[in-house]
Amino acid sequence: MVTLTIDGTEIEVPASTTILQAAQGIGTEVPHYCYHPGLSSPAMCRLCLVEVEGGPKLLPSCTTEVAAGQVVHTQSESALGMRRGVLEFYLANHPLDCPICDQSGECDLQDYVFEGGREHGRSREAKRVFGRDDFGGDVLFHGDRCVMCTRCVRFMTEVEQKPLLTVVDRGNRSVIDTFFEEGLQQAEWAGNVVDICPVGALVSKDFLHKARAWDLEHTESICPNCSQGCNVDLHTRDNLVHRMKPRTNPEVNGYWICDYGRSRYEWLNRGERLDAPVVRIEGRNDAMGWTTALTTLQERLQERASGRVRALVSPFWSNEDLSAVIRLVDALGGGEVLYRSPRAEEEVPLAGVAGLARRRDLAPNVRGAELLGCTRVGDDEGRGGLEALTDHEGVVLVLGDTLDEEDEGFAPNAELVIYIGAYGSTALSTADFQLPITTFAEQEGTFTNHAGRVQRFWPALAGPGAARPAWLVIGALSGALEEQEGPSGAGEAFQVVTEMVEAYRGLTYDAIGSQGASSEAPVPVAGD
Amino acid sequence: MGYPYSHEKEVPILSKHFGDPQARTLKGWKSRGGYEALEKALAMSPEEVVEVVKASGLRGRGGAGFPTGLKWSFMPKDRSRPHYLLCNADESEPGTFKDRELLRWVPHLLIEGCLIGAYAMGAEHVYIYCRGEFFEANQVLAKAVDDAYEAGIAGEDVLGSGHKIEITVHAGAGAYICGEETGLMNSLEGRRGEPRIKPPFPAAVGAFGMPTTINNVETLCAIPPIVANGGEWYRQWGTEKSPGTKLFCVSGHVRRPGNYELPLGFPLKDLIYDVCGGIVEDRALKAVIPGGSSVPLLSAEEVEDCTLDYEGVVEAGSMLGCASVIVMDETTDIVHQVMRMAAFYAHESCGQCTPCREGTAWVTTILKRIEDGRGTEEDLDVLVQLTDQMTGTTICVLSDSVAAPVQSSIQKFREEYLALIRRGERVGVA
Repeated sequence: MVTLTIDGTEIEVPASTTILQAAQGIGTEVPHYCYHPGLSSPAMCRLCLVEVEGGPKLLPSCTTEVAAGQVVHTQSESALGMRRGVLEFYLANHPLDCPICDQSGECDLQDYVFEGGREHGRSREAKRVFGRDDFGGDVLFHGDRCVMCTRCVRFMTEVEQKPLLTVVDRGNRSVIDTFFEEGLQQAEWAGNVVDICPVGALVSKDFLHKARAWDLEHTESICPNCSQGCNVDLHTRDNLVHRMKPRTNPEVNGYWICDYGRSRYEWLNRGERLDAPVVRIEGRNDAMGWTTALTTLQERLQERASGRVRALVSPFWSNEDLSAVIRLVDALGGGEVLYRSPRAEEEVPLAGVAGLARRRDLAPNVRGAELLGCTRVGDDEGRGGLEALTDHEGVVLVLGDTLDEEDEGFAPNAELVIYIGAYGSTALSTADFQLPITTFAEQEGTFTNHAGRVQRFWPALAGPGAARPAWLVIGALSGALEEQEGPSGAGEAFQVVTEMVEAYRGLTYDAIGSQGASSEAPVPVAGD
Repeated sequence: MGYPYSHEKEVPILSKHFGDPQARTLKGWKSRGGYEALEKALAMSPEEVVEVVKASGLRGRGGAGFPTGLKWSFMPKDRSRPHYLLCNADESEPGTFKDRELLRWVPHLLIEGCLIGAYAMGAEHVYIYCRGEFFEANQVLAKAVDDAYEAGIAGEDVLGSGHKIEITVHAGAGAYICGEETGLMNSLEGRRGEPRIKPPFPAAVGAFGMPTTINNVETLCAIPPIVANGGEWYRQWGTEKSPGTKLFCVSGHVRRPGNYELPLGFPLKDLIYDVCGGIVEDRALKAVIPGGSSVPLLSAEEVEDCTLDYEGVVEAGSMLGCASVIVMDETTDIVHQVMRMAAFYAHESCGQCTPCREGTAWVTTILKRIEDGRGTEEDLDVLVQLTDQMTGTTICVLSDSVAAPVQSSIQKFREEYLALIRRGERVGVA
């Protein structure tokens, strides 16, 4: 440990810490572009220069390591003056097109200049113009906005380890470019260069001109597109998800998410939602309130002739939802709970980050379903495997799965067909009960990732109409059947989960927090 | 023998064989006493060789003037990893042409210096990074290295001593910045020629990540005579702090431009008026750049008492740099010359550091505008402030190199700028 003084505050940090990191420790953010915690530090943006007493000149805080007794000034006259000067250079050729720039509002150039730049620029010269370039994939390049921090080049070289970007030419003609016709379409993680670009030079084509940054709400969530469980923020406006951005979690995804996951958020905005409980009475679907629907269902369940229940759930729903189904099935005398999940042919690892890959299972809670004792059926497309349900004569319960490949009138011999789902399903359009529930993006809860890590997500959207979390709906039903109250909140619902799964013992909803917690579930071997 | 001119006040040690084609060949070189110093060095311990160089007081001839022996002693003694010696032959500073002549005329002197240096530092491989545009020099050097290998002077067993020292000649691809020592290392490794942040210093992490020392051609060429004759011998020339002789590249408005090997501490005025035969058509002197285009200009008055040693030039208000003396007479348009220099640095900036990338180009644009008669007096203040912002704020000193001529010219020749700005008059003939 080394003791040093930063801006008058004495602080003790480990020996190899950089001044920039040490300053972060006391809440001082030294402006920087080229430094990124997930990349190497070339110390070339010259924005993080700070004054170190006794030093011959200002030193880059991103690469200068702390030393015992060091006295650092991040806000001294010389440091601020130099920062102002460097920022002036950044603006000499910057187009200042903030009104039409997607980065506006979350732009480090805007922020730094507002905080420490000159009020008026002194350049009277014509600006250099590079124009735009389609880099392939989802990435669009605005050369004129670029600050040449080379984070994108270093990400592709050091992290994805596919050097598809480079700096061409030199001096103030230098510009980021792809190689001839080979663009980022060959990359699997290139969307991250948009996130780490501190300005609006690299922008997402998908998000282009869709929303202003300050109009977006950010909600902590989990990427639902594979079982890695990357931590993300859902960015929403007008009850629509507009984009998904990685949220830092060193244990799971570092600073990154894959392009596959990032680009698949639009299903969260999908229409054709069930928005009211529907009960089929005499060949006709009747919408009704929850109380009536659940009371009717309770009666039908209690009056049923053949007891056996067979259930199919979806690994896109939370541990709380799945456990509620299992509890209900148990209350009805037990039975098998199946699930289907799409599965990719192979993993897509991120070369530079150990333990991060787009996993084969393309659903967020496959491990959670398995730990709860659900049985996998069907093929790698997430289809088939429904034999046990199709001809079943008892109760058929479906949670979440829309049975897309099946025709109308699924499970014709069943005494009772219950569909608890978010979306309208053709196969289940004649089910006895269709109960509208929320998706993970509209409720609180937990997923368990491939390594057994339990992670929470929060509601980013309001569910449609009368849709409610499945655990609440099913919990109320089993509560009524067992004559005891179901869980009233997601935390209580998670409590139920921990009681059902040995590996979750000791976990509490609060302790999981926003960064997740590992369970005692064995970590699967790589490639599984 | 001088080339193309010589003068009686010269002390030809390195330049003794300039213009003598026989000295280029191995046979010719050996008959002139070549490789005797190497043999002598191999009979000494590496530490002893370093001590001799330290005793000579030889300072780096690439521009910074760092004591060579001290630099060599920084190399780690631990030999578990390969050590490298790099020879910086990427001579690109405007006004400098001494290394080219050494490479062309006495390639074996350089090879001998490299081998002695490599032996002294335990380097197993010498890379000579030679400016690509020096086509003839590259060919001559490559031939000399081949001959040295064939004669058993370089390679597996240097002169039968049991020491292995490889030599590779690497031709640069045309970037000024690759003459910066860490930019050179990047270029040698096949990366973009961009200087690296220090620390780590090359002696710890250099070429290919290994302990490395990098020396200028002229520095290494001075090694064989020093080893042959001893450190004290070298001190008979020059000053206490700047011992020895130095090649001065004189260009500009003098009657006899060229390379002159003179003792350090030689008066600048004598160099211009005696050694170089004075100014063309006996015109008046306006300014001198004493150390290559990246050092401040000296006005005619400052030239009067300036002596050409590292300390003397600093005292006069500039730097000795690589001793490239550019002489400008009264017909010189200073604004145009400074603009030309700034444009050169803007073109050669690697583009890593923001103050340099943006600053060099911005300064050039302002200077061009002033030259076109569209400048304002405010521009001069902006130029000084911008170049201030470019000094000491970057990884290497390329951006400082723009600041020096811009600031010194505005300070010393302000009236020339004002003549253009106020009246549209050019002073001198561009």
